Amino acid sequence: MSVRNTIRALPALFRVGVFEAVAYRAEFFVWVLSTTMPLIMMALWTAVASDAPVGRYGQPEFVAYFLCTFIVRQLTGAWVAYEMNFEIRQGALAMRLLRPVQPLWTYAVENLAALPMRLVVALPVAVSLLLISGTSRLSKDPKIWLIWCAAMVGGWLITFLANLVIGCLAFYMESSLKLMDVWLAVFFVFSGYLYPLELFPSGLRAVADWLPFRYQIGFPVELMTGAHGVPTALSMLLSQWLYVALMLAIVSLVWRRGLKRFAAYGG
Amino acid sequence: MVRYLRLLGVQLRASALLSLQYRYEFLIDGPIEFFWAITMVVPLLIVFQGRTSVAGWTLGEALVVSGWFILLQGVLEGAINPSLTSVVEHIRKGTLDFILLKPADAQFLVSTAKFEPWRAINVFTGIGVFIYAFHLLGHPPSPLGLISSMVLLVTASMLLYSLWILTVSAAFYVVKVDNLTYLFSSIFDAARWPSSVFRGVLRFVFTFVIPLALMTTYPAQAMLGKLTAQTLLFAVVGSVLFSLLARLIWLRSIGKYTSASS
Repeated sequence: MSVRNTIRALPALFRVGVFEAVAYRAEFFVWVLSTTMPLIMMALWTAVASDAPVGRYGQPEFVAYFLCTFIVRQLTGAWVAYEMNFEIRQGALAMRLLRPVQPLWTYAVENLAALPMRLVVALPVAVSLLLISGTSRLSKDPKIWLIWCAAMVGGWLITFLANLVIGCLAFYMESSLKLMDVWLAVFFVFSGYLYPLELFPSGLRAVADWLPFRYQIGFPVELMTGAHGVPTALSMLLSQWLYVALMLAIVSLVWRRGLKRFAAYGG
Repeated sequence: MVRYLRLLGVQLRASALLSLQYRYEFLIDGPIEFFWAITMVVPLLIVFQGRTSVAGWTLGEALVVSGWFILLQGVLEGAINPSLTSVVEHIRKGTLDFILLKPADAQFLVSTAKFEPWRAINVFTGIGVFIYAFHLLGHPPSPLGLISSMVLLVTASMLLYSLWILTVSAAFYVVKVDNLTYLFSSIFDAARWPSSVFRGVLRFVFTFVIPLALMTTYPAQAMLGKLTAQTLLFAVVGSVLFSLLARLIWLRSIGKYTSASS
């Protein structure tokens, strides 16, 4: 499993993943449809803001916020926990282990391979975002947009690594999908997916700052809508990447330990 | 009829035995369910932060809608989802043959194949939310309101089930639809809000195309004593028609079934 081999294999794996996403486009489209929650929340919040703005959010700000949320969620999605649960239980993981590439890399590449198709979905939303809210609701600072790029990578990594950790727990229990449900429930509350975290009462907001969830969705979205200046954005980026580092450490631990328990049933 | 009731009894007993095997799941499910209920209420509290009503609903009234949502989620995940997810699998693998060969109605057999009794926790969580909501409102629901909301619970379950049957019927045409479950539950998620917060196209869709309003908002209104007899009648007749339509479509699409492999 040399580094050179891995690097040489990744483009091919990526191509396979893209073809898969294209081949099962109907299924893919259904996945996209099932992440339309931000659009429903947009309808809800614009109704709430129709008589008076909520905090500094009027109707146009909510529209911009939730369209950004939709884009961020599309581009930073990961679902490895489900795949790993299935493969560990069915023993299909054995096939992955036989390949001369570290399985965690193949999982990552397969996830990223859906990106081109997801871009196809996210682009029209991005365009309509520009058309509806103009540039006035979005950040105009190029430095912020640079930080945004790093924040998107970090956001995806947190989502992906959290999925891996939960997936690896399937080595220890029959199914760790229940844990995934719990993770998602907390994610929905603290990520800024359902409402801007600014609207939280201050006590809860402090909790949200300390949890990883807001760095998955809320942070990139807030950067897009220009909620932070460069210094705050940089310090938040630092916290985000600290989380990435922490999760990376946990993944390498659970993966190595868990794999020892793996016995491929069936095949 | 008696035969089908007996059959239902047999299927229920099998599911109950199966779930007794996974007793510890109850211990895990309980806290998770409670947790979900809390996370469901948090957005509501945030919406109502600093204002007394949204789209004509007060916090207490909106909580009643959430209670119905939690209750119906229990019905969906306990009685509808498990069976119908396995039909999709049967269709894909071609093992539906074995069910079609049995001397009973195929729709009945596939819809009662599996229950998850532990999901009944949702019912209690829902009732808990109702109690809290009416505590906030300061008055208990009227007996008439309770009765009509029970009628609507039946029609809402029928609607949910029919929507599911329609989804499964799609599986006869497009085979790979395992993730339709996710789509379905994410659309159903919109039902946790009173339907009047949605405007324009969304409101039309949620009332007539995917009748979410009939599932949670109407029962909640009935409980609050705000539902007119006319709307109640419309809901009942509409749900019956919708179920008949779903049955017809199921019969048509099962005719398309060509067994996979051999």
